[in-house]
Amino acid sequence: MFQVGDRVRTRLMNPAGHTRLPVYLRGRVGRIDYLLGTLPFSDRRAEGVRSAQEAAYTVRFSTRDVWGADGDAHGAICADLFESYLEASE
Amino acid sequence: MSHVHETSGNAANRVKTLVAALEEAHVLTERELDASIEAFLSRAQPANGARVVARAWVDPEFRRRLLADGNAAVAELGIDLAHWAPVKLRVVANEPGRHNLIVCTLCSCYPLALLGPSPAWYKSNAYRSRAVRDPRGVLAEFGTQLGDDVEITVWDSTAEARYLVLPQRPAGTEGASEDALGALVTRNGLIGTALV
Repeated sequence: MFQVGDRVRTRLMNPAGHTRLPVYLRGRVGRIDYLLGTLPFSDRRAEGVRSAQEAAYTVRFSTRDVWGADGDAHGAICADLFESYLEASE
Repeated sequence: MSHVHETSGNAANRVKTLVAALEEAHVLTERELDASIEAFLSRAQPANGARVVARAWVDPEFRRRLLADGNAAVAELGIDLAHWAPVKLRVVANEPGRHNLIVCTLCSCYPLALLGPSPAWYKSNAYRSRAVRDPRGVLAEFGTQLGDDVEITVWDSTAEARYLVLPQRPAGTEGASEDALGALVTRNGLIGTALV
């Protein structure tokens, strides 16, 4: 479980099946912004595990941490991501 | 590849096949399905979102409850978000120097009950890819010019939460009634591509 304010890095992953981790947010560092609670986990449900659930979080990324120096200087991107997409980051 | 948008012909064929299978299994009839969709869409309108915003503009306590727990607050106005799927509503407020924009880069998620069926541009590849990459440029194309110092937060609706923008109340509307205020609110304002 993560808490609001925790720094996390999204996993660099390229699964063959369904995932809700957008390609542009893979391997990026952000902060936990909001706890969404436990939600239906679409990645596992797409594999036929109908009851799959997982903790999910709104993660806030600075625009520059996503796009580099070409990103907007004053901006953030928030996305709703499942626990297994995330690992703790220093 | 995940979340590939199919051509409408393919999707229509799959829906047809699925409905036929459900009918054969006596789960539902096509007539029941049509009635259910019609009932939902007749209640799902941008006027609902506008009503929520107008109430938040005139009632600071409602605004506080809305930002803390969107589902409970809109239920006070008789709006049921859980009709089909249990979505969690999060309302994000524009403030001086801070603007919010909603997108679903993976498909086209948004709070249907509060906004009505989504506009074609919201579902387009161009909007979905550019909103996160260049939100200021996208807003300018909608005629919404923000100063370079305004911080834009883009909310990518990648899971079961749905987002609604609470625009800032326009200047000069101090004496306006709640109904008159609601009439000022546009669907684009609720998505964040317009200021109101």
